[in-house]
Amino acid sequence: MSKVRVLVGTKKGAFILTADGKRENWEVSGPHFAGWEMYHLKGSPVDPNRIYASQSSGWFGQLIQRSDDGGKTWATPGGEQPPVPGEFPSGTSNRFLYEGEVGTHKWYDGTQHPWEFKRIWHLEPSLTDPDTVYAGAEDAALFKTTDGGKVWKELPGLRGTKGQLWQPGAGGMCLHTIVLDPSNANRIYIAISAAGAFRTDDGGITWRPVNRGLKSNYELPDPDAEVGHCVHRIAMHHSRPEVLYMQKHWDIMRSDNGGELWTEVSGNLPSDFGFPIEVHAHEPETIFVVPIKSDSEHFPPEGKLRVYRSRTGGNEWEALTKGLPQQDCYVNVLRDAMAVDSLEPCGVYFGTTGGQVYCSADSGDSWKAIVRDLPGVLSVETQTIP
Amino acid sequence: MIRVSLPYHLRTLARVEAEVLLDVGSSTTLGSVLDNLEARYPVLRGTLRDQTSLKRRPFVRFFACKEDLSHEHWDFALPVAVVSGQEPFLIVGAMAGG
Repeated sequence: MSKVRVLVGTKKGAFILTADGKRENWEVSGPHFAGWEMYHLKGSPVDPNRIYASQSSGWFGQLIQRSDDGGKTWATPGGEQPPVPGEFPSGTSNRFLYEGEVGTHKWYDGTQHPWEFKRIWHLEPSLTDPDTVYAGAEDAALFKTTDGGKVWKELPGLRGTKGQLWQPGAGGMCLHTIVLDPSNANRIYIAISAAGAFRTDDGGITWRPVNRGLKSNYELPDPDAEVGHCVHRIAMHHSRPEVLYMQKHWDIMRSDNGGELWTEVSGNLPSDFGFPIEVHAHEPETIFVVPIKSDSEHFPPEGKLRVYRSRTGGNEWEALTKGLPQQDCYVNVLRDAMAVDSLEPCGVYFGTTGGQVYCSADSGDSWKAIVRDLPGVLSVETQTIP
Repeated sequence: MIRVSLPYHLRTLARVEAEVLLDVGSSTTLGSVLDNLEARYPVLRGTLRDQTSLKRRPFVRFFACKEDLSHEHWDFALPVAVVSGQEPFLIVGAMAGG
């Protein structure tokens, strides 16, 4: 029977939750990297034993960890202990250097501010090569490794795309979303708060903004602004890579042409503010969001934790509440903290800032907490193990 | 031998349990001790000081013989008691929330 592994990054360590295909009884492993902020963990689609993790700390900076045995043991690629006493291998895995002249971007007060590396928000392993991974940084930039995380190089063409006009959102100027097109190895989408969505069609050398149709009336008075939009998350179904779904700061958006034009599909949601958005593993028109009251009140409307599902690719939404707290709930669900598995029926997972990780083994119809008392959850990813 | 005491998280990262003993030869400055430490434990590169600018990370502090050496230059000569191994060189994470 297939197995599911849920990789959970929290503010104070990482946890790995494992169950068989029924997804009823869970084993919890962790904390791994106890005390560190684990922004993201993600497994290689090619080799499920290969998992990459972003480990960071306000004190000691950024490290990358890698496991080659499904999360049982970890090492910093390039920064391992010397194999023989007296030998000093060079450790480079935690080195993220901006290419060329660092340059400046727009600061909160509108002045220009130099780019400063802070951390890696998101790791996206290649769909075809376990040694190739993309990393999204704060301050926003895209890095790539082709040797399993030993050496990371920036793809600087992205920051050349009007980077001087990018401005940090409340959470910092982070590149938090990386979506690889399974039908075209040269096409990658990324999203940055608060710069917007960008696309490359040549493997990351050149980029262009793909934000037409996004409206950010309060933040961006210019309705035709190419950059500056606060995109929170983009999701794609592998069978239809031209169709993208977006949770923007406000608004749920949809594009049917690879981001060339976006239309709003918020429909009957109680609030269209939120962070994550996910697509059902087997139904490309079925999507999930978690509405949050507002940008100044980061908790569910009315204290009711509700996942909303649309089976029509947006506009028509139904509340999914069975098993979720429907009173006095004031947690948030962050942008990287929702995922689906590829079992039948599709499993849906999300983690909260209150430390709960919820699982639905029936495409969202009912929910159960796998764990309730972890540190605040920053990210949730799944692996379906044959 | 110079005795170097690391903060908890860096001990875990470097997989050492207590103090680290460093043989730094005749080069006993603040910077040379850090160079030696990072060479022996490459995983610590970037955790104490920025890898490009080599500036001390803001929430990392250096102490020895009850003195705060955090703001000294890299060519600052460590106290004799540290060089002789009588006193440890302390690397400390600043108290700053968390």
